[in-house]
Amino acid sequence: MIEANLKVYRYDPQTAQEPHYDTYEVKELPDFATVLDALIKVREDIDGTLAMRCSCRSAVCGSCAFRVNGHAKLGCKTKVSTLAPDGEEICVEPMGNMKVIKDLVTEMDIFWDKLKQVKPWIETVGEPPEREYQVPAAKMVELQQPMNCIMCGACVSDCTVLEEDSKFLAPAALAKAYRVVGDPRHGKTKEWLTDLSEEGGIWDCTRCLECVEVCPKDVAPMDQIIKLREQAIEEGLTDNIGAKHVLHFTESVAHTGVLDERMLPIKAAGWGWAVKNAGIAIKATLKGKIKPLLPGSHPSVTEVQDVRRIHEELEEGKRK
Amino acid sequence: MRVAYFPGCVAKGNCPELNQATQKIAPLLGIELVELTGAPCTGAGVLQAQNPVLADTYNAKTLALAEELDLPLMTICSTCIGCLRKSNQKLSEDEGYRAEVNAVLKSGGHEYHGGVDVTHILYVLIKELGLDNLRGMVKKPLTDLRIAPFYGCYILRPASIMGIDDPDNPTSMERVIEALGGTPVDYYGKTRCCGFPIGLENEEASFKMAGKHIGEAKDKGADCMVTPCPLCHMNLDLQQPGVSQVVGRQLDMPVLHLPQMVGLALGLSPKELGFSKHIISAQGVLAKVGA
Ligand code: SF4
Ligand code: SF4
Ligand code: FES
Repeated sequence: MIEANLKVYRYDPQTAQEPHYDTYEVKELPDFATVLDALIKVREDIDGTLAMRCSCRSAVCGSCAFRVNGHAKLGCKTKVSTLAPDGEEICVEPMGNMKVIKDLVTEMDIFWDKLKQVKPWIETVGEPPEREYQVPAAKMVELQQPMNCIMCGACVSDCTVLEEDSKFLAPAALAKAYRVVGDPRHGKTKEWLTDLSEEGGIWDCTRCLECVEVCPKDVAPMDQIIKLREQAIEEGLTDNIGAKHVLHFTESVAHTGVLDERMLPIKAAGWGWAVKNAGIAIKATLKGKIKPLLPGSHPSVTEVQDVRRIHEELEEGKRK
Repeated sequence: MRVAYFPGCVAKGNCPELNQATQKIAPLLGIELVELTGAPCTGAGVLQAQNPVLADTYNAKTLALAEELDLPLMTICSTCIGCLRKSNQKLSEDEGYRAEVNAVLKSGGHEYHGGVDVTHILYVLIKELGLDNLRGMVKKPLTDLRIAPFYGCYILRPASIMGIDDPDNPTSMERVIEALGGTPVDYYGKTRCCGFPIGLENEEASFKMAGKHIGEAKDKGADCMVTPCPLCHMNLDLQQPGVSQVVGRQLDMPVLHLPQMVGLALGLSPKELGFSKHIISAQGVLAKVGA
């Protein structure tokens, strides 16, 4: 038998001005108890007013995502003994980036609204085949990863960009978008990717890997976003800062083996960016931090010829 | 110990003080840096969006260069270690993929067999040198300095690739700070993103991220921040004037590169460690340690 020491976020917006925390000593839990088991015991034996969502208790239904010690996790997939082997306090809070309805229950509207925005369905074009549509097995295996999503919201809770910009489509919806756009049966790839390339779309992800880390189902949303970026570039949707950033980055490295960080932002974001940032650039140059933009001021790696060869071979290969 | 040294583009570009400080502290720590002068950029997660195989092949080249020397590969950048470890995992585990990449690599006279240890100076300090040894080398302990570690993303996440520190509750930077005599400042934002990768695409969100973490460190009473990543340094220091504007708060937070912090404790001068290149002056911090 083990014990769990919980510190739980409590808030009822209808009766209280501010949230507060309650602590609970939950005794006589089985050794394999999860954080959800402990919370259920609180609700049943100690404090029936605690509000939370749960159902399957086996990491399938996706309803029990909370922030546990600051990071989103499924309560039913997180063992008390791993998290607090010596009875350390475990802090449980509602998911981030969502409005709290009561205690650990959050409004999921933001999750579903964004999912709808990416049009999560396949549209075929042309005459249907005589028999079934066929997808190569390897492709299906790859698409299995985004298909594994159980819509728990953990990734949305911890998404860094969403915290600062409510327009961002956020990881779950974007992973779902790849599930559609990456499917060879989908006939409107370019149309979907055009929408996804808009503000708040695939190019706004900061690649912080929070979603990859917190996802309980190994969906790796960020990896799906990178694949959408690759597809968008392949479709020629390159008239935006994000795609230009990538293209000029690759070109710069192919040239010398080393990224020229001074030219990249100018090439990707235009001379307007340069004018706006002239002050800080001059200051940094005077301090000897940034090298002045003179011919020959950018270094090359000693094996630059080999770097160029690799680039040519693989970019050429990709075009074929 | 000898390491294959991969400084990366930024430590040779917009953060030259990082490479400089590393070159200065290495001999004092007994680390011999064998620089991989032929190694290309890791792709930084950017190039990967155009051609992931190209990025893996560049990284295979770098890994092969370290393998030829039979040395562990040491980076001084979180993004570099993240990208190199990701490629390394794929190449070391998937023989078929490795053969495909090697087919391209071989014309340049290199071949990667897999299994090179890719590490970061932070982990070299802890695992190779050892904190007790480091403590013994300190000449000017960072007493009275409250230091907020800023981990950022790639040095911690995903744990399935990094697997060195606990991404939810990392301790390595704190342990180094303590070994040098300083006091670590704890704050939520220490493992969050600095915002640098979307500085061009969504500057406002990018600067708000940086501003939030710097502000939080300041509220917790930090004298300075320290980071193991030069990309984080660019958003936290180089862009700090713009960040201050966006969040409407004068932040004035000095941000140190990890090797600079080590160098100060080892008794090196601010000049040797390139402090004059910072946008936000570290004068107050330097005065506190008598440097
Ligand atoms: S990697 Fe992108 S989508 Fe995932 S949490 Fe970070 S910003 Fe959000
Ligand atoms: S991607 Fe993962 S974390 Fe996000 S909603 Fe789906 S299962 Fe949950
Ligand atoms: S209760 Fe269903 S996922 Fe946790």
